[in-house]
Amino acid sequence: MNKKVTQVLGFNVLRLCMVIVVCILIVIFYDIITKGWGIVSWEFLIKPPKNGMTEGGIFPAIIGTFYVTLITAIFAVPLGMGCAIYLNEYAGDSRITRLIRMSIRNLSGVPSIVFGLFGVALFVEMLGLGTSILAAGLTLGLMTLPWTVTASEEALKAVPKSFREGSLALGATKWQSIRTNVLPYAIPGMLTGTILGLARAAGETAPILFTGAAFFLPFLPKAPTDQFMALPYHLYIMSTQHHAITKVRPIAYGTALVLITLVFLMNFSAIILRYHLRKLKKE
Amino acid sequence: MDSHVRIEVQDFNFYYGTNHCLKNISFDILDKQVTSIIGPSGCGKTTFLRCLNRMNDLIVGTRAEGTILIDGEDLYDKDLDVVDLRKKVGMVFQKPNPFPKSIFDNVAYGLKINGVKDKRFIERRVEESLKGAALWDEVKDRLSDNGLAISGGQQQRLCVARALAIEPEVVLMDEPASALDPIATAKLEELIVQLKDKYTIVIVTHNMQQAARISDMTAFFMQGDLIETGKTGDIFTKPKKTITEEYITGRFG
Repeated sequence: MNKKVTQVLGFNVLRLCMVIVVCILIVIFYDIITKGWGIVSWEFLIKPPKNGMTEGGIFPAIIGTFYVTLITAIFAVPLGMGCAIYLNEYAGDSRITRLIRMSIRNLSGVPSIVFGLFGVALFVEMLGLGTSILAAGLTLGLMTLPWTVTASEEALKAVPKSFREGSLALGATKWQSIRTNVLPYAIPGMLTGTILGLARAAGETAPILFTGAAFFLPFLPKAPTDQFMALPYHLYIMSTQHHAITKVRPIAYGTALVLITLVFLMNFSAIILRYHLRKLKKE
Repeated sequence: MDSHVRIEVQDFNFYYGTNHCLKNISFDILDKQVTSIIGPSGCGKTTFLRCLNRMNDLIVGTRAEGTILIDGEDLYDKDLDVVDLRKKVGMVFQKPNPFPKSIFDNVAYGLKINGVKDKRFIERRVEESLKGAALWDEVKDRLSDNGLAISGGQQQRLCVARALAIEPEVVLMDEPASALDPIATAKLEELIVQLKDKYTIVIVTHNMQQAARISDMTAFFMQGDLIETGKTGDIFTKPKKTITEEYITGRFG
C-alpha cells in the first residue's frame, strides 16, 4: 500500500478512537444531566430525605461526604507527601527502595472493596473505632495513599537536578535544599495529584460500605465517631436497594449529578490551584 | 610564579562502581591562579572537578581513594563537614542554572541559607557580587525580575554572582561557556581573568583557545590519567608528551 494512504488510514483509525471515547462521555453526561437536572434545587441540596427517602433532599449525604473526605485528606496528605519526599530525596535507589516503590504502585491497583474489608478488620474492630466517619475516612485514606505518594514522587522528580545541585553547591544542607529549592516547585504538582486522589476517594462506595456509611440517618453526624450518610453510598441505595426503585430514580440521578459536580469541582480546583501556584512561582 | 599551593592532589583515584575513572592523579593547584583542565570527552575532567567540592557524593556507587588537601585539610576526611567545604569551594555549572526566583533572591540565596538575616548586609553583598560578576550594570534596574528572564550569558554571570556572594576561596567552573555564544563567552572569560585577583579558579573546558587565553596552569587528562600538567604557556608551546601535542593541535579529541 502507498505509504501516504497508510498514514491517512492510520490517522483516521486513531481519530475514530478519540471520537468514540468522547461520544461515550457525552452520552453519560447527557443522561445524568437531563435526568438529574429537574430534581436538583436549593431545597434538594439543603434538606434531608423524608417519607422513607422517597422525597426530600440529600443534605446529610453531602455533609457526610465532606466530613469523610476531610478525614481522608488529614490522614493521607501529610503522610503520603512525607513518604514521597523521603523516598525520592533520601532513600536512594537500592533493591529495597525499588521493591517499596513497586509495592506502593501495586497497592493502587488493589480493588477498593479489599480496602473496605481491611478497614473493617483494622479500624472498626481492632482499633475499636466502630463504624464511623473516622474509620471510613482512614480506610479511604489508605486507599488514597498510593496515589498521593506516586503523584508526589512524580512531582518531585520533575524538579530539575540542577536546582538541588545549585543549592548544595552553595553550602545548603540537604534539608535546606529540599525545603527552599525543591518543595516550592514540587508542591503544585503534589497538590494536584493529591486532590485528584481525594476526588476519587470522595466518589468511592466500597471502602465506606462496611466502615461507617449508613443507609439513612435522621440526624447529621456530630462527632468523628458517628455514622454518616455519603453521596456514593446514597446513590447505590437509591439505584439498587430502595423499596420503590422506579419512584426514587430521579433522586438517584440528582444524587449522581451532585456527586459528579463535586468531583468535577475538586478536579477543577486542583487545576486552578496549580495554575496559581505556578504563576506565583514565576514572580 | 610566587603563588603558593592551594589544593594538593595526591594519588587520587575515583570509581563509579567498578569503572576506574580517575587514576593516580597527583598535582598542585596554585592559589589565585586560573587552572584549566582539558582533555577529550569522558576523560574524567568534570568528575575531577566535582571531587573538589565533593559534588560526586550525590551519585550512588562512587568511591574515592587517595587524598586531596585543601589548605592542608583532607577533603575526603570523614570528619570534614561537606557543607562548610562547599561554602569555601563554590561552583558554576555547565548549563546556567539560575533558580526560578528573582535575580536578587538568586544571589541572596547562599547568604540566607547560611543564616544571614541582616537585610542591609544582604543588599550590599548582592550588589557587590553582581558587580564582581560584571552583571550589575545590566540588571540593577530589574533585580526583582526572574533569574530565568535574562539572556543565557547573563544567567551564567548570575550563577557566578550567586557563587561569589558567600565569599568562597576557590571557584570551580565546569565548561561555563559551553552553552554561550561567542560574545557572552568573551565577557565571561574577561570576568574569569578579573576574578583570579581574589579567587583560586579551576575551570574545565573543551575549548583549547579558551584554556590558552585565560589560564595560568593547565592539566591535560585522558582516559582518567593525568597526562601532563604545567604552566599553560609551556603546555601549549612545548608540551613534553606527543599525545598532549596531538590533542592541543586538534589531531584528535
